[in-house]
Amino acid sequence: MKLAQRRRLAILGVLMPPLLWTLVFMIVPYAIMFTYSFWTKKFPTFVPDFQFGNYALLFADPQYYQVLLRTLKIALLVSIAALLLAYPLAYFLVFKVRSPRLRLGIYMATVVPLWVSYLLRAYTWKTILGSEGVINSFLVWSGVLAQPTDLFLYNQFSMVLTLTYIFIPFMVMPIYTALEKIPRSLIEASKDLGVARLPTFVMITLPLSVPGILAGFTFTFCLTFGDFVAPFLVGGPNGSMIANTVQTQFGTALNWPLGAALSIVMLAIVLSIISLSDRFERAGRLDLA
Amino acid sequence: MANIIEISHLTKSFGGAAVVNDVSLAVREGEFVTLLGPSGCGKTTTLRLIAGFEYPDVGTVLVGGEDVTDLPPYRRPVNTVFQDYALFPHMTVAQNVGYGLRIAGVARVDIARRVGEALRMVDLLDKIQAMPAELSGGQRQRVALARAIIRQPKVLLLDEPLSALDVKLREAMQVELKHLHNRLGITFLLVTHDQKEALVMSDRVLVMDAGRIVQAGRPADLYDRPASPYVADFLGSSNLLEATVAAIESDRIVAAARSARIAALSNGVRFQLGERVLVAVRPEKALLVALEADLPGHFNRLEGTVIENLFHGHTLRTGVDIGLAAPFVVDSQLQQALSQTQAPAPGIRVAVGIDPANVTLFPGERGR
Repeated sequence: MKLAQRRRLAILGVLMPPLLWTLVFMIVPYAIMFTYSFWTKKFPTFVPDFQFGNYALLFADPQYYQVLLRTLKIALLVSIAALLLAYPLAYFLVFKVRSPRLRLGIYMATVVPLWVSYLLRAYTWKTILGSEGVINSFLVWSGVLAQPTDLFLYNQFSMVLTLTYIFIPFMVMPIYTALEKIPRSLIEASKDLGVARLPTFVMITLPLSVPGILAGFTFTFCLTFGDFVAPFLVGGPNGSMIANTVQTQFGTALNWPLGAALSIVMLAIVLSIISLSDRFERAGRLDLA
Repeated sequence: MANIIEISHLTKSFGGAAVVNDVSLAVREGEFVTLLGPSGCGKTTTLRLIAGFEYPDVGTVLVGGEDVTDLPPYRRPVNTVFQDYALFPHMTVAQNVGYGLRIAGVARVDIARRVGEALRMVDLLDKIQAMPAELSGGQRQRVALARAIIRQPKVLLLDEPLSALDVKLREAMQVELKHLHNRLGITFLLVTHDQKEALVMSDRVLVMDAGRIVQAGRPADLYDRPASPYVADFLGSSNLLEATVAAIESDRIVAAARSARIAALSNGVRFQLGERVLVAVRPEKALLVALEADLPGHFNRLEGTVIENLFHGHTLRTGVDIGLAAPFVVDSQLQQALSQTQAPAPGIRVAVGIDPANVTLFPGERGR
């Protein structure tokens, strides 16, 4: 065998396992789901078919598109809240903390919760916000309230709060990286040219950290969009999100075709957000070296 | 002429170590002054203290008679050219150069006119709409210059501005910077570790070592009359020989290093008989001759064996073993092609002639 041939065979050998993996565990399941989304529900199960009734139902029945809109709203609120909290933190870490050890310490403290079970972290907020929780106990003890309130839990506020808490590391990390990459001399140059601190931030630091903001926003938005545990734990009756509906369709409702159609719509939304942010990122990509 | 910069007793420590240690200096209006020294000598920190990026522990900085010690950089009438140029990567050349004016609220037409003028000054008008990433190193350097001069600062601070350029371009930019200085009439304060750069461009050079200014003066004075072995070796190169004073004559002092005896003009400097001294001789001020050749009578004559020849293009550097720890180095001007020159081969016995006027004596045992 010639060398080129042998090399091609070797490359094929190396690439085959991951390709097979992707095919069997990604492409095939998606294809199956895509197929299901055209089937018809026929009590008690469903039969193969090719019709767009499931998709039509999603956009006709308020029960479904309202959940979709609510999910988009919550994902947006969580992303904005995470951005507003994460940006100052990352800025403080990169520009204000002088000691590298302290900086790493705080950074790790922000990121380390990712290693803690997701369920546990969501549950924590249940104990903080619940009627027997820390806030209520304090308010009752201090006499502000006569009896515990359920104002804090089982609504969209508690959802946004919990999801922000859970996903904020995904916002901090890219923004921290983006800010850290900005050469200090650029900020000094701006000040040197007679520009004060705030306009320097607006004109130099902020535009150069946009890639980090975009990445963080995409992470947080997409992760929140597909979340189904937080609504389950702290969401309550009007806090359920699209993923919960999908779960129901595949579970108790036993309407796989509708669940599949919902999943495909979710996938389309997430993919378009990712490609959009990728395009923005590419357009604004700069050489900071 | 008035002093545009006056620094007194400036001290700045980082983590307990004084990087700038009690530095005082004055720069006259329109002067081109260079802070010269190896990395870590405190020259860049001194510049940053003037620019306002650092604040001193002790001391004051006056620019144009105004005390700016505690002012932030954006309130100081100085501008900086950064070592890495620090061009804003998300702005075009025109936006970079006009940035300060734009934020200051200068009218659009005025900005456009002044940006054009500044870019013409550095001969880069054709790149006005380019992004920094599209420019070569030399072009970025010019943009940084244009951006720094557009606000007509009282002082232009240059932090190793040429160190990232290759040799040819660096030499061209040295000349260009000097011309720009003449045309603008702005005071230039340059920081560099490149002694050639300092000698070529400056009206005055301040040599720094370990956070202090060790000597200040015109380039020629520093080169010909270094105040310490450190300066003698940092500006150009020097043969430094440890010796003891063997004889004191009316106008000459004779130092002995083992068998070699070297006379120097006393120049009013007083030494004791037997005192340890350091003899400094510049390689290009010594003469390499054949063993049997005659030298002018008052010349010092050292004999030795050639160790090696190093070809430097315009000069030939010959190392001669004169029986001391380090070889004695002599630079010979090459007026003809090397192949036409009778260079002494290694192993040949030669004589080195040195005019006593070109020998400098420093007290020994003092910090080098």
